[in-house]
Amino acid sequence: MNTVVVAQLQRQFQEYLVSLYQQGFLDNQFTELRKLQDEGTPDFVAEVVSLFFDDCSKLINSMSRSLGRPESVDFKQVDSGVHQLKGSSSSVGARRVKNVCISFKECCDVQNREGCLRCLQQVDYEYKMLKTKLEDLFNLEQQILQAGGTIPQININ
Amino acid sequence: MDKGFSPVGLRVLVVDDDPTWLKILEKMLKKCSYEVTTCGLAREALRLLRERKDGYDIVISDVNMPDMDGFKLLEHVGLELDLPVIMMSVDGETKRVMKGVQHGACDYLLKPIRMKELKIIWQHVLRKKLQEVRDIEGCCYEGGADWFTRNDETHYLGGGEDVSFGKKRKEFDFEKKLLQDESDPSSSSSKKARVVWSFELHQKFVNAVNQIGCDHKAGPKKILDLMNVPWLTRENVASHLQKYRLYLSRLEKGKELKCYSGGVKNIDSPPKDSEFSSGHQSPGKNSYGFSGGSSLIHKAETDPKQLASSSVSDPSDVHMPPKAKKSRIEFDPPISSSCAFESLLPWSDVPDPLESKPTILYESSFLQQQPLLPSQSPYVANSAPTLMQDEMKPSYETCVNADAFLMPQDKNSTVMILQDLALPTPYAMKLQEASSNVTNDTESILRSLNWELPESHHSGFIDTDLDFSWIQNEHFLANTSGNFQNFQFQDYSCSPSLLSELPPHLWFGNDPDECTLMVDHGLFIS
Repeated sequence: MNTVVVAQLQRQFQEYLVSLYQQGFLDNQFTELRKLQDEGTPDFVAEVVSLFFDDCSKLINSMSRSLGRPESVDFKQVDSGVHQLKGSSSSVGARRVKNVCISFKECCDVQNREGCLRCLQQVDYEYKMLKTKLEDLFNLEQQILQAGGTIPQININ
Repeated sequence: MDKGFSPVGLRVLVVDDDPTWLKILEKMLKKCSYEVTTCGLAREALRLLRERKDGYDIVISDVNMPDMDGFKLLEHVGLELDLPVIMMSVDGETKRVMKGVQHGACDYLLKPIRMKELKIIWQHVLRKKLQEVRDIEGCCYEGGADWFTRNDETHYLGGGEDVSFGKKRKEFDFEKKLLQDESDPSSSSSKKARVVWSFELHQKFVNAVNQIGCDHKAGPKKILDLMNVPWLTRENVASHLQKYRLYLSRLEKGKELKCYSGGVKNIDSPPKDSEFSSGHQSPGKNSYGFSGGSSLIHKAETDPKQLASSSVSDPSDVHMPPKAKKSRIEFDPPISSSCAFESLLPWSDVPDPLESKPTILYESSFLQQQPLLPSQSPYVANSAPTLMQDEMKPSYETCVNADAFLMPQDKNSTVMILQDLALPTPYAMKLQEASSNVTNDTESILRSLNWELPESHHSGFIDTDLDFSWIQNEHFLANTSGNFQNFQFQDYSCSPSLLSELPPHLWFGNDPDECTLMVDHGLFIS
């Protein structure tokens, strides 16, 4: 095992992870998720976020349909979708996505279709962005493991 | 459960339509060493719960479910299964939380949920179990048990024959002696002047309370005055009153949640005198109650003629036909006591599949109170038969419906129960099942508490063999004999065996409000 390479990768990993917190992509809940991962379930976090992204995709599609036609917007359905999305995002610590949901709900409450559409677009962007970021993070993890190292537990304040 | 309660292996059912949360919660709960079952739909959850009535200890559910409102699920679980339910939501709006509490949630968690919150959910399960134990203990109060056993003994020994007056006389003398001993400071038989609330005394108490009426103004002083028992002190009455109120309110709660045996008909024979009259079976009816001295278990809805007549002089009553004997059994703890209470309810006229369920120990149960729920003065009118039998029904109704009678959270349950009255049968059956589970649990809890009852105590439900119950009663009597005092309700928050696996500081008292309630109630003397 090339300890130098491992150390390098570990540092890279740490820096990347911290930056995600600093940029507001992730919050404390993600830390909790990582804590839950153990030897018995080494892919726990990856599985959970995967479920989350699937959920996002589904919800965004259905809300998109509801908002589709200006003359018959089912705001109740949209509101329900936003609520679910908010709940989901809070489960993995997807902070930015959750924040968009808050604005999204406000638009729903006042039945602002335009506002809703904008929020919908933004939430779509945010979840896809997060998805990419986390994929990179998991790749780094894999590299560390393949190089024979262990994934560092990082405490984020 | 025999070894006492332990958080490890707590069986949790998690209900959430969000697959992400379901997965996370499952992991978290497993990390708490709980046994986890997950479920994505409310209906599915209900199905699982009903399938294995005793299969889960606690339910955690999200408020927003697609197929059923989380609050509705909460109601169902609470009513049918009497399991603690924790609600979860990402929405922490006060009114939502309030709604949860009103619907009976024992806790409301905000998402994202932390490990530390899940680590302590077992307290809700323990709390509920302790409440069940309290209900059981309601059947074993010193004086009450004494009456019961003495009365039963009479019957049992009389078994089929006429109960001789001689025997009754003996009992009466015994009781008198007790009272004398208690009141006579020079008596050597009692070390401390402790009032034994004999049946007779309690009857006086109840009469006095009834006279004052079904409101909050029944204070110890007034009651004492009405009772006209020279040696009794206001303090004696006050403490007895407190226990009585608590008992009634607990009965009410227990009745709602555990034993919907609305139609249990008690028959008591109104005593001609203050002697104990034997509980007897009303001819033609299948139920009866402990009529230790009659009016105690009163059934306004039963044959008034019966009530009017003196059972003592009526051989058939006293006789105790075999059938009656059989049903006599009980000494079934919590449920039974609730059932006794049931019989007094006006709507016990509703046909009830649990009709054969014996009612008992209304009085004895009462005397075993649990200082948990604040009870108010409304209570079932346990007046002497001579007193307003006719009035009893309406006054009782008033009492039952009075919001004051119940604790705030009980109020809702009562309302729900009453609504369910329209369909007593299926619901009663469910409760029957539920209560049998309760019996089993309480049985093991009792054992773990080293309760001084024979193992046979929770022998069964309705169809226990009479002999069996007699044995246990005699046994009970033997255990208590000169030691009634020991059976006084103990604050089982200190039961070490039950809480053996918990560090002392985690014992009873997790809920500060509950403790406060206990303390406050001790001071609640109007």
